[in-house]
Amino acid sequence: MADHNHAPTEPVRFETSPERYKHWELSLPEEYGGAVARLVMNVKEDQGMRPGYPLKLNSYDLGVDLELADALQRIRFEHPDVKALVFASEKDRIFCSGANIYMLGSSTHGFKVNFCKFTNETRLYLEEMSAFSGISSLAALNGTASGGGYELAIACDEIVLQDDGGSAVSLPECPLLGVLPGTGGLTRLVDKRMIRRDLADAFSTLAEGVRGKRAVEWALVDEAPSKPKFHECVKRRAEAMVARSTRKSFAPMKFGPLSVTRTENGAEYKYVSVELDLAARTAKLTVRTPREPEPSTPAELASAGDAAWCVRAFRELDDALLDLRFNHPLIGTLALHTEGDPQAVLAVDAMLAAHSDDGLVHEVRLLIKRVLKRLDMTAKSLFAVIDGDSAFAGTLLEIALAADRTYMKDEAGVSVQVSAMNGGAYPMPNGLSRLQSRFLREPERVGRTLGHVGPIDTPAANKLGLVTFAPDDIDWDDEIRVAFEERASLSPDAMTGMEANLRFGGPETMETKIFGRLTAWQNWIFQRPNAVGERGALTLYGKPERAEFDWRRT
Amino acid sequence: MSQVNDDKIPNNVHLADDKRLQRALEAWQPNYINWWKEMGPVGFQDDQVFLRTAISVESDGWANFDYVKMPDYRWGIFLADPVKDRTIACGDDFGKPVWQQVPGEHRNTLRRLIVTQGDTEPASVEQQRLLGQTCPSVYDLRNLFQVNVEEGRHLWAMVYLLHSHFGRDGREEAESLLERRSGDADKPRLLGAFNEPCSDWLSFFMFTFFTDRDGKYQLLALAESAFDPLSRTTRFMLTEEAHHMFVGETGVLRVVERTASQMAAHKVESPDQVRALGLIDLPTMQRYLNLWFSLSLDLFGGEVSSNAASYFASGIKGRAKEASHEDHIALSSSYAMQRFQDGRLTTDEVPLRNAMNEVLRDEYVEDCQRGVDKWNRAIAAHGVAFELTLPSRRFHRHVGIHSGMSFDRAGNLITSEEFAASRSDWLPTEADKTYVKSLMTKPVYDPKQMANWIAPPKQGIKGRPIEFEYVRHEV
Repeated sequence: MADHNHAPTEPVRFETSPERYKHWELSLPEEYGGAVARLVMNVKEDQGMRPGYPLKLNSYDLGVDLELADALQRIRFEHPDVKALVFASEKDRIFCSGANIYMLGSSTHGFKVNFCKFTNETRLYLEEMSAFSGISSLAALNGTASGGGYELAIACDEIVLQDDGGSAVSLPECPLLGVLPGTGGLTRLVDKRMIRRDLADAFSTLAEGVRGKRAVEWALVDEAPSKPKFHECVKRRAEAMVARSTRKSFAPMKFGPLSVTRTENGAEYKYVSVELDLAARTAKLTVRTPREPEPSTPAELASAGDAAWCVRAFRELDDALLDLRFNHPLIGTLALHTEGDPQAVLAVDAMLAAHSDDGLVHEVRLLIKRVLKRLDMTAKSLFAVIDGDSAFAGTLLEIALAADRTYMKDEAGVSVQVSAMNGGAYPMPNGLSRLQSRFLREPERVGRTLGHVGPIDTPAANKLGLVTFAPDDIDWDDEIRVAFEERASLSPDAMTGMEANLRFGGPETMETKIFGRLTAWQNWIFQRPNAVGERGALTLYGKPERAEFDWRRT
Repeated sequence: MSQVNDDKIPNNVHLADDKRLQRALEAWQPNYINWWKEMGPVGFQDDQVFLRTAISVESDGWANFDYVKMPDYRWGIFLADPVKDRTIACGDDFGKPVWQQVPGEHRNTLRRLIVTQGDTEPASVEQQRLLGQTCPSVYDLRNLFQVNVEEGRHLWAMVYLLHSHFGRDGREEAESLLERRSGDADKPRLLGAFNEPCSDWLSFFMFTFFTDRDGKYQLLALAESAFDPLSRTTRFMLTEEAHHMFVGETGVLRVVERTASQMAAHKVESPDQVRALGLIDLPTMQRYLNLWFSLSLDLFGGEVSSNAASYFASGIKGRAKEASHEDHIALSSSYAMQRFQDGRLTTDEVPLRNAMNEVLRDEYVEDCQRGVDKWNRAIAAHGVAFELTLPSRRFHRHVGIHSGMSFDRAGNLITSEEFAASRSDWLPTEADKTYVKSLMTKPVYDPKQMANWIAPPKQGIKGRPIEFEYVRHEV
């Protein structure tokens, strides 16, 4: 295994755009009159993100998935008339064979975990498009979809598998690699497609997978037409998706590149800054409020475009979080700060709340929701720091509510404030608002907090239960220093596990199961000799020798 | 007017410029005075007592002798002078600069150590609060009060650390130190040994000799701490602790001196004959010694301790006089630990760091032996054939690897029945305690007098005669 304590030498960058895609083609075919987006996977073998593994058979690495995530985001904002999405492959007989095994084999544990987390987030975004944006998706499997390939398909609403005697769907990870399908496949078999557990068991241990008629019988796919009928079938289903879509059109919003200055000490975006303190293994993550008047109507928002604070700030935050996850593994704790004028945020919130029925405003709210979930899912300790410069109001208050702890200075002039946007606009992976998740024991506190008019000073915030510790001005500096030092001294693994357990109280959702159960087990398996030992299945994949297992069950 | 200023609270910690400390003490200081009046020495709060009081931090200023009413005693905050460029004395960070602030990593551990140490200080004042009413002399009465006010000042020393370095948690802990009560089942002191009343003067002398000596060794170990304010505080406390050692050592010495001299003068030997003279017989002294030595050994903690290893590794606590040891990392050596397992005496090689409690206990036992030797010389000087001895450290233990088994005084494993049968030979009996107390029913408030069971001291205090009126007590 590679050294876990060092970031890859080349930092990962997350921004891309369709003209730069290497592995996907995004098109709006004539035959659907612009209502269907077609995403065709055509992975370039020799253009992996890092050298050392050819991306054969439409297998993917993070670079491939970054393009997919970008495409989904752009379909939402830049193609407001798209009402359905069809996935296909440019390769003959192969749809997609999943994450590249040699890439995984040559990655650090930390990278593997973050890679899987990112691909899972992207699959969930696909489902969110269907559930909340009126953009259903169809996997048109014109060849075999195995492993992560089938997991991409199962994240779509419908799956059509070409019945040609060869094309199959499969989850071969357990029998071939001694690991789990890592992108939600097992969870979605039983939780989403509600396939019988015994059939799911048989399917998940059958390396060659299931073809044609049986795949339909087992509900692994929705339809398995013959090759000649395949296109017609896909078209029929895509048109039906368009017909039932409730998506509201709006003027396209183009996403330009973010402007960011990066130094070895951090990154400076327009509204977000990251200051790294490598010695303390801590980063200060600051989100600033708007400085200029922001759009107050959907029309103004459309003309402001991606420069609008509600879009730009959260795209920047998203990029910063990914940067921290992938490129700064040694940073264990994030000090979450906000800065600026709380009233400016509340004005934006007023617009977002008043026009939720507008197509563009709706998408912006979903964008913010996804970014805040990205924060929820970030495996670093999150401490919100609220002082006299802060602007934890409305949407930005969600950042404090996402934190593992909140430190609020007990001093005149320090306050937080709620807005309508704290009332459920940005649910967490457990389906609850952050306030609901916080007050599971005393749900009445949610209403009490939301009903608080105007700034909430520290004693009031403390009384409401919004604050973990509220040191006064004399204690403040020392308490903050000690809190971060203490956190930084604890086992990073224990903290990741502890935080993941405490952040998502309340109900289970498919999403919490994927991250809390599937991923947790996967990360355990990824560390075990049966997978990654000298004679482990993952280690020996593609080699002439057979894996040797330690047969003891835990 | 606020009680919190340099004049009212002598200090060398820049109290006048320290808003945080001022604020904390504003609230704490009145509660401390209330605690002292409620739980301090009973019946002497309005008396003028000839005490050593700190009036300034100049070289002699902290040891000014004068009359003062105890509630007006000027409890202050003193740190030993900083050692320039001091580095961490032991453990994984050996040689790195010491910490002037609490590292977040160690805050909870340090707070617990300081609270535990701090809790013993008011506890001992509470344990001794009734002793004044049975004092053997005004000289001893004054020594008792000197010990008491200094235990009070040691509480201030620990509270200073809590107030200055541990934020709100520290302030709350400081309040709790005033709220717990020795022997109160609802809010007991933290350590069991500090919940038993110290009801007679022989116990008081034994306590100051044996139990305060545990305190001395704990302070010596904490004086090596990488947390410099703790090190400096405890180094200053050690200068005061010396007086407590003196009270204990000379107290016991004067009792054996009196007994031995009278045994020689009256040519008596048996305990009954000695008791008939109104003296404390030497076998009874031995039983008290056995009890207090074994109770005090327990205070050092388990012989094999992961806490001890972790304190040493992180530099939070060293060995007594760490510089006198050679290996300050202590990772490559082990300690040969004798213990009984399955009825057999075995020697286990314990990693040295895990044995640090025992290392400290070794030095303590050696130090105790020096005092016992002095007492024996006094007995021998009168031609009396009796020798006081320290029992084996396995004897009568309730903490660590020897607890749960029975041992005789020599450390041989015996059955619990055998122990019970010999118990009255080894540990004070109810009859012993009743007898000792019977000697102390009347206090001696006349400066010219001394109780019959104890010899006068060799000299008075600070050049004053032994008959000096050290306490102006209105009867």
